Amino acid sequence: MTVRTVVTGVAVAAPNGLGTEDYWKAVLAGQNGISELVRFDATGYPSRLAGQILDFEAKDHIPSRLLPQTDVSTRYAIAAAGWALEDAAVGPDTLPDYDMGVSLSTAQGGFEFTHQEFQKLWSKGPEYVSVYESFAWFYAVNTGQVSIRNAMRGPGIALVGEQAGGLDVVGHARRVIRRGTRLVVSGGVDSALDPWGYTSQLSGGLVSTVDDPARAYLPFDRAASGHVPGEGGAVLVLEDAGSARDRGAPKVWGEIAGYAATFDPRPGSGLPPGLRRAAELALADAGLEPGDIDVVFADAAGSTAGDRAEADAIREVFGPRGVAVTAPKASIGRLCAGGGPVDLATALLSIRDGVVPATAHTSDVPEEYGIDLVTGEPRTLAVRAALVLGRGRWGFNSAVVVTAG
Amino acid sequence: MNRRVVITGIGVRAPGGSGVKAFWDLLTAGRTATRRISHFDASPFRSRIAGEVDFDAPAEGFSPREIRRMDRATQFAVACTRDAVADSGLDMSALDPHRIGVSLGSAVASATSLENEYLVMSDAGKDWLVDPGYLSPHMADYLSPGIMPAEVAWTVGAQGPVTMVSDGCTSGLDSVGYAVQLIREGTVDTVVAGASDTPISPIVVACFDAIKATTPRNDDPEHASRPFDGSRTGFVLAEGAAMFVLEEYGAAVARGAEIYAEVTGYATRCNAYHMTGLKKDGREMAEAIRVALDEARLDPTGIDYVNAHGSGTKQNDRHETAAFKRSLGDHAYRVPVSSIKSMVGHSLGAIGSIEIAASLLAIKHNVVPPTANLHTPDPECDLDYVPLTAREQRVDTVLSVGSGFGGFQSAIVLRRPEGVSA
Repeated sequence: MTVRTVVTGVAVAAPNGLGTEDYWKAVLAGQNGISELVRFDATGYPSRLAGQILDFEAKDHIPSRLLPQTDVSTRYAIAAAGWALEDAAVGPDTLPDYDMGVSLSTAQGGFEFTHQEFQKLWSKGPEYVSVYESFAWFYAVNTGQVSIRNAMRGPGIALVGEQAGGLDVVGHARRVIRRGTRLVVSGGVDSALDPWGYTSQLSGGLVSTVDDPARAYLPFDRAASGHVPGEGGAVLVLEDAGSARDRGAPKVWGEIAGYAATFDPRPGSGLPPGLRRAAELALADAGLEPGDIDVVFADAAGSTAGDRAEADAIREVFGPRGVAVTAPKASIGRLCAGGGPVDLATALLSIRDGVVPATAHTSDVPEEYGIDLVTGEPRTLAVRAALVLGRGRWGFNSAVVVTAG
Repeated sequence: MNRRVVITGIGVRAPGGSGVKAFWDLLTAGRTATRRISHFDASPFRSRIAGEVDFDAPAEGFSPREIRRMDRATQFAVACTRDAVADSGLDMSALDPHRIGVSLGSAVASATSLENEYLVMSDAGKDWLVDPGYLSPHMADYLSPGIMPAEVAWTVGAQGPVTMVSDGCTSGLDSVGYAVQLIREGTVDTVVAGASDTPISPIVVACFDAIKATTPRNDDPEHASRPFDGSRTGFVLAEGAAMFVLEEYGAAVARGAEIYAEVTGYATRCNAYHMTGLKKDGREMAEAIRVALDEARLDPTGIDYVNAHGSGTKQNDRHETAAFKRSLGDHAYRVPVSSIKSMVGHSLGAIGSIEIAASLLAIKHNVVPPTANLHTPDPECDLDYVPLTAREQRVDTVLSVGSGFGGFQSAIVLRRPEGVSA
């Protein structure tokens, strides 16, 4: 019999809310986390908006000795992992150390930290580079730090797959649990809002140049003009269902019931993209039919081409207006590896409270998209199963099915 | 479903010569390929030695656009991918693209390109507020390097799961371990897996200078990487890549493929101790080895060769020696253990895959590569490290291990499949 993987802890660090409940209140209230950059003076930059976390005082959330050695993204990861484990009532001694693993994604690494070190190197010299740079920068940093902080000595991994990587690590965590590890901390966090990191994100040509924080990121809207980069993410505690029951886990948020990943054919090949197939494979993996899904959390590229391709995939799987679709990331921006995990957390909150948050700001969805996008106000809806989609630049497609369990 | 996974193709770009043959010649001759850094002026740095690859992108068949678009590490990965596929004899275009995956390891990904672009955008480090007018169209891909596995996927036409495994210095073992799981569980039948890193760049050199992890033995580059020797003073940074074709066993046999080895066991553990430090007892690496052997249903005495991490830092070589004793018992004293980092240096995330390549060739040729530069073993490193000279012996089963920043400890077991003659 296949082991079931359940979610026993959830934590969100998002631009419109720090902590799961604050985030959820903000999302339901349509509170916008997108604002003008405050990290630096972006006058003269082609875009000046970001989904920024403005109320995170690092020393309130992580030990002060970790401050000199961590990028802001790692601080979010350590803090969120701590909150998720608290939510799951898991301490370092709850399970044997080898029974707890870590599977986290970051696609940008400790970028602001490394920007500072690049500047020290090139403006002052090698001897000024931090002794922490060797590990504060690389993509494995959050997995290592979370493992150390929580005495987790089971399998650890860091996956990079841009916006899809945050779902891939959850799919992998489920694989690790099926292979016998009882608990895995999973999810993703990113932040690259220093001048170099932010500017680098502009180079893809996918970031909106609209100045109005309520109009810059309008997924599935006729006026879609690109996305807004954001920071933050979410961390989940995943457990073998039987093990969670045996240890008396205080709650089960839901089940990670299905997962699949695909990759698009080479650009220009004329072959169909892989998102539809990822969705269908994830449903099959969960043993569900399209009709069993109550809501789809869209990847929501925010570009006309990207939105159209996703609408096509959703329509082909579920039929025209066949399922509720939403993109709460419209009010926080695209968080790279953090985006998928925030959507998973949101899906679990929707399951808990029977309400689907709206896609903030979007109002004019082209008829030909044929999707039932939740706009305006949250929609009251009993949610038993949700499909979460994530795409990464160049063709990554990942899909996760979460159910009430 | 418990499907078996075999490796049928290898591509390597390592210091000391391009391709599998040059790589194996170097290793079996016990020659070293570490030298003074030539990629940039390293005079301000503490460690000025590296294992550099003489890589000629146009001669490798890369077009001007590909050279502009792909970071050096991506070029290495793609070149190795082409070689591995050719070596496997597999016609990838005849396969269902949905049943092909990619698992690429890298620790620092596009670090070299990041630094090149940084210098332009910041005006050589002068400006914190970088100038967007100097933004390269490829910069987003250096920041978030999904393009690296994407390029590999396009090279072979893969449309199954594609990912980058970035576990620091165990990336090259873990990317293959990840691929094995994809095939075993039935998600795909073929995975192109391996790892690439090209970290010989000022910022990376400075990172390791800062913590004195790399050797300052600048006056003697060829003898600077000295794993297990009492005089070792740190590792030698290197670049390189290795890629493999992994297939489901039945499919490989059915098409009459030459099989290098079956991956019979893999495990990874975290030490949850320190981002760069290692405990002396080797407990977590020993556990990874124990679990990998268990999965391979192998007694320690069944191991013919241990391909060590052997980085040449004081702490690593003792940690690892302790882990071998802890996991292999008395057999640790009998089995040959060697570190090819003595010859090709430590290419961070890539080296795990390069070491898998060496392990596969050890099985193919029944030769154990030596540990070069090992003249006076550290008294705390008292195993048979195959000093200086390669050893001809029967090699059916290899254990290869890795250890990395972040606390990652990984182990993989490779075994000559039955029916394949030695």
